[in-house]
Amino acid sequence: MTATRADICVVACAEAFRGDGEIMASPMGLIPSLGARLARLTFEPDLVLTDGIATIRADTAPVSGDAGEPVAEGWMPYRFVFDTLWWGRRHVMMGATQIDRYGNQNISCIGPWERPKVQLLGARGAPGNTINHTTSYFVGRQNARVFVDQVDMVSGVGYDRAAQLSEQQRRFHEIRCVVSNLAVFDFDTPDHRMRLRSLHPGVSVEDVQEACAFDLVVPDDVPETRTPTPEELALIEQLDPEGRRFREVAE
Amino acid sequence: MADKTLTHQEFCSELRDGMTIGIGGWGSRRKPMSLVRAIVRSGVKDLTVVSYGGPDVGILCATGQARRVVYGFVSLDSIPLEPHFRNAREQGTVEAVEYDEGMFQWGLYAAALRLPFLPTRAGLGSDVMRINPHLKTVASPYEDGEELVAMPALKLDVALIHMHRADAAGNGVYLNVDPYFDDLFAMAAERTFMSCEKLLPTEALADEAPLQNFKINRMMVTGVIEAPNGAHFTECPPDYGRDEAFQKEYAATAKDEAAWAAFRARYLDVPEDEYQKAVQR
Repeated sequence: MTATRADICVVACAEAFRGDGEIMASPMGLIPSLGARLARLTFEPDLVLTDGIATIRADTAPVSGDAGEPVAEGWMPYRFVFDTLWWGRRHVMMGATQIDRYGNQNISCIGPWERPKVQLLGARGAPGNTINHTTSYFVGRQNARVFVDQVDMVSGVGYDRAAQLSEQQRRFHEIRCVVSNLAVFDFDTPDHRMRLRSLHPGVSVEDVQEACAFDLVVPDDVPETRTPTPEELALIEQLDPEGRRFREVAE
Repeated sequence: MADKTLTHQEFCSELRDGMTIGIGGWGSRRKPMSLVRAIVRSGVKDLTVVSYGGPDVGILCATGQARRVVYGFVSLDSIPLEPHFRNAREQGTVEAVEYDEGMFQWGLYAAALRLPFLPTRAGLGSDVMRINPHLKTVASPYEDGEELVAMPALKLDVALIHMHRADAAGNGVYLNVDPYFDDLFAMAAERTFMSCEKLLPTEALADEAPLQNFKINRMMVTGVIEAPNGAHFTECPPDYGRDEAFQKEYAATAKDEAAWAAFRARYLDVPEDEYQKAVQR
């Protein structure tokens, strides 16, 4: 079996949760969900995952096909989700309709908030998530309308906004990484500007920069995103037997 | 114990123009939709709707009865963006107040506990502070001195919630896996109207679920409306799932005024029993 771009994205999302230990991983969307499950089945066995509704599942269920009867190990209705996220024992991986160089994320609306061109979901939990615990993002179709110079509304708080707060207010803020269909990004720069961490196989720096409206920090030597091991590929296949991941990320 | 049962018609007469109405449930899940339909029939206007929004918000935007919507999100779940709410926002026909969904809970909780505000870190650094210039911060009076958002109480004139089982006195039991924030809506409101799938004698409630599912007690409730299939087309498991086909039909009417007028005439400008007949298929 050879790894597809979707599989590489799944592994990159799994890597986002490396080192998290016994906390709740809250992946939004199919690829992040596969990533969190893969992480739990391999290097992060203590991660806590829900069925996406209110059951904490001890078993790691597939995202497509028969999810089976859950082995419930706990209860996580919305108000416990809020408690858990304010408690800080959570790492969320959200989507982003827009994201900028400091990791500000927008899922509220496109255009001016007062009279939007496109009304999206609303801020949802993004302000609270980003100020209370680790946050990562997944973008399935990176382009310069997603990786923008400035987001129209800051739903999720980025590093420049956090820097305007007191040290005390921002002490739980961490945007760990952004995984896209092209590359992996982090904010490990002196002023926390977005840096190209690794390129997915077959993608060039130029490809990534073209799909980005701002100047990325590009190190002299950009590594390639790691490809799945044969064991990981087999697990991904078990977790997504219907291949729904291929509809999320094109080759 | 008083008998608090009402008909949908009697519920309508409790509504006034300009009210602030909180609606329980979450997105397209266990929404008191029969009461929302009753609001449409009542014709009350200039409403402020406070909701973890779903089709309740969309419908009251489409009918023009919502002047203002207070929300953390508005979504139909399986259809991520609520198309009627989108129309209202994009055409500027509704005033919006958008919070983080945890701040929203804090606002209800503050109102429930009769506090002016509750402190939270949520909102700091985000544009929720920019779009809500009325929001203020508060410094911890203790040594840490931490500056936090003072989320103001979200006081409601009326709260509407939908429970699986209830008695005539206003005790309510939920049977699905999430109580959402219905008890907070009820306690944040001057008056609460609760619809239920099935009205039972009090002594029969304990056969339905363990005591911890008795989330709503009669102190919280002004009126009880029996409404079988009342959450339709939102989900209300284990009694029934979401009517996805109907939700799609509803969502499609946002693109076309004539389609919305036909939908409204067929499903909303009719009594609840006719609605229920029309959706049995």
